[in-house]
Amino acid sequence: MSHEFEPTILAFVCNWCTFTAADLAGTSRMVQQPNVRMVRMMCTGMVDPKYIVKSLLSGADGVLVSGCHPGDCHYINGNYKARRRVKLLNEILPQFGIEQGRVKLTWVGASEGNEFAATVNNFINEIRELGPMDARTMAVV
Amino acid sequence: MANRIGVYVCHCGSNIAGKVNCEDVAGFARGLKDVTVSRDYQFMCSDPGQEMIIKDIREYGLNRVVVASCSPRLHEKTFQQACARAGLNPYLMQHCCIREHCSWTTEDPVEATLKAKHIVEAAVERVAEHQKLFSREVEVLPDVMVVGAGIAGIQASLDIAKSGHTVHLVEKSPSIGGHMAQFDKTFPTLDCAACISTPKMVAVSQEPNINLMTWAEVEDVSGFVGNYTVTVKHKPRYVNEAVCTGCGACLEKCPTKAISEFNEGIGFRKAIYRNSPQAVPSTPVIDGDICKKITKDKCGICQKICPTGAIDYEQKEWREVFHVGSIVLATGYDTMDPTPMREYGYGKYDEVYTALQFERLNNAVGPTEGRIVMKNGESPKSVAIIHCVGSRDTNYHEYCSRTCCMYALKYDHLIKDKVGHDTKVYNFYIDMRCFGKGYEEFFKRVQEEGVTFIRGRPAEIVQEDGKLVVVGEDTLLGMNVRVPVDMVILCTAMEAQKDVTEVARIFGVAQGQDGFFLEEHPKLGPVSTATDGVFLAGACQGPKDIPDAVSHASGGAAQALALAAKGTVSISPTTSWINPDICVGCKVCVGLCPYSAIEFDDRRNIAVINEAMCKGCGSCAGYCPSGAAQIKHFNENQIFDEIDGLLGMMPNYLPREMDGGEAAQVSTDNQPGDPA
Repeated sequence: MSHEFEPTILAFVCNWCTFTAADLAGTSRMVQQPNVRMVRMMCTGMVDPKYIVKSLLSGADGVLVSGCHPGDCHYINGNYKARRRVKLLNEILPQFGIEQGRVKLTWVGASEGNEFAATVNNFINEIRELGPMDARTMAVV
Repeated sequence: MANRIGVYVCHCGSNIAGKVNCEDVAGFARGLKDVTVSRDYQFMCSDPGQEMIIKDIREYGLNRVVVASCSPRLHEKTFQQACARAGLNPYLMQHCCIREHCSWTTEDPVEATLKAKHIVEAAVERVAEHQKLFSREVEVLPDVMVVGAGIAGIQASLDIAKSGHTVHLVEKSPSIGGHMAQFDKTFPTLDCAACISTPKMVAVSQEPNINLMTWAEVEDVSGFVGNYTVTVKHKPRYVNEAVCTGCGACLEKCPTKAISEFNEGIGFRKAIYRNSPQAVPSTPVIDGDICKKITKDKCGICQKICPTGAIDYEQKEWREVFHVGSIVLATGYDTMDPTPMREYGYGKYDEVYTALQFERLNNAVGPTEGRIVMKNGESPKSVAIIHCVGSRDTNYHEYCSRTCCMYALKYDHLIKDKVGHDTKVYNFYIDMRCFGKGYEEFFKRVQEEGVTFIRGRPAEIVQEDGKLVVVGEDTLLGMNVRVPVDMVILCTAMEAQKDVTEVARIFGVAQGQDGFFLEEHPKLGPVSTATDGVFLAGACQGPKDIPDAVSHASGGAAQALALAAKGTVSISPTTSWINPDICVGCKVCVGLCPYSAIEFDDRRNIAVINEAMCKGCGSCAGYCPSGAAQIKHFNENQIFDEIDGLLGMMPNYLPREMDGGEAAQVSTDNQPGDPA
């Protein structure tokens, strides 16, 4: 049992929506699997793709980027910028042997603690299905 | 010089220590690079906890501090201030969360302890890269804008005006008073709503510190706390407010009729109208969509009859710009349209009313002059009141609208009082929620007046032999009931205003799942929002009765005044910075910046941040192809090190292998009780 693959996942979450939702999930004692570790950003718009690539190369099996719902961005439109960047990144990553689905962008609003817990648990399960990311050992970068 | 880092792991009573082995985490931190001292303590946020940090900073000469406790949204400021007291720049502290994101959400103590170690390691790695930052003080403009002039907006405006500050009060309808102006009586005291609200409305119009703008809407908001620039759009009233005396001659002569919105569709108004004779301001407004003069250039009788020549068909909409220090949102609520609930037959059967329509029936200046009569002019012999229409219903709104039980009781009393004590009144309720001061007593009184309470939400309303039959189940008796009545009142849910999303966007505030504006904290920050300098008042934050809306509004006013009275506010220094040595002058960031805070310096051929306008969103830093743009406190070295720390321990995550299960069991014997 204990040798079953447990993924390591990093989450870049925006301070105003998803981080707040994570707080709410905690306050409401919504149990989550412990595989996700969060990096607090002020906005998903400041998540440079190099942070995601760096995470994948340094040992993360999956990366979650999560911010405010479209139209709700605390900084007007940072989440749209994140959406474009993640989309482009997801088109490039497979060329380096990193499967689709390892990088995911979601919207979780500040009041959606239950949604946050569900998002985290679902993403962990998805990555567990994908298995360990072996591309990093073969990557030429 | 190597850093000297202090790590402080909080037990938070048993909140953290109940799952996470705090001693183990502190011990682990002791072995990390440059960590000079690492301690665990029961309550870091307590005075002795903070003193411990301050003492260590002085004694060990710490130049970096990591606190692992609750969410930084809760206590980051507390520990920053503690560091500042010890002479350490507050931005050299990193607060990481091992409670909300770890101990409270992780089931297994071993896994929780391991996760806490990762979080602490990341914070230690990150804090090494922190730099000293200094907040800026900016001036707060003394004026305040209040949006919405219902009872909450009125209360907030009066409170602020009393202190001597100028209030710009914007109301989208032709007169102020909001929903309260529609009511007849108020529960539980049965005060007449007009009698208690009219003096306040008049006070608003006479207060020299209040600039009242009705028939106007906020179109655009820009700026930041202390310095908001608000554009207000004045809709054309076609009546010159400065000249009109409010005599009302025009209202009588106007030949064009329309359904009255103020009377909730059960009465008529003219094309030139005001909501009620007590309206403040008393100046009428012409409905430009139906007025014959404006649409077809015919009629014009109001202009002929007006003794002061106040009618001006040529008025155009115009805009006005205000500079204010803070904004109070008091935009109120709407009631749900029950038409989609076809089982209740609203819109199909004449005698099914919404609660607000029934208020208007009751009101002395309403369509029936205060008589409770049916469409045929006769008094009803029996009335059914259906509670929770759209509230506490997963198909519509899950929340309780908080006011319906009480106003239903008020209707019970008014029907008995006005129509006669032999009138049968049936309440179909789920639970009676009479929580306020004097509410339970009122419930008792109404029960004694001979009103029938049937516990159960009705299934449907059908028409049989000229009567409306309420079909439902009495869940206390466990039997089906069919109650024939003459009139049905639906206690429709309070919901967010129809245009709430647009308003939220304009003011940059968020909405909760229920659609209402989201407060900063559900318990401890109910009037502030995540946007500094924008406060909430009244039912725009969630369903409220009048006393709650008024006290909430006074709270919002106090917050706005606190800013205005101090006159300055400190602005976070976590803005962007473009390294002039690296910037290649590609100008991409200039177009990306949502606040136009980046200027291009043609002489040096580089982009430059205007720190007064930058809010630190990082749009520029997230893109900058050369890495020249960096957000202070969130720069790439800090994020990279945090990533390293989070991933530090594990090429493969095998928690049980890496940490002895029994060692992680922590004793909670000496922990004091849960402080929350």
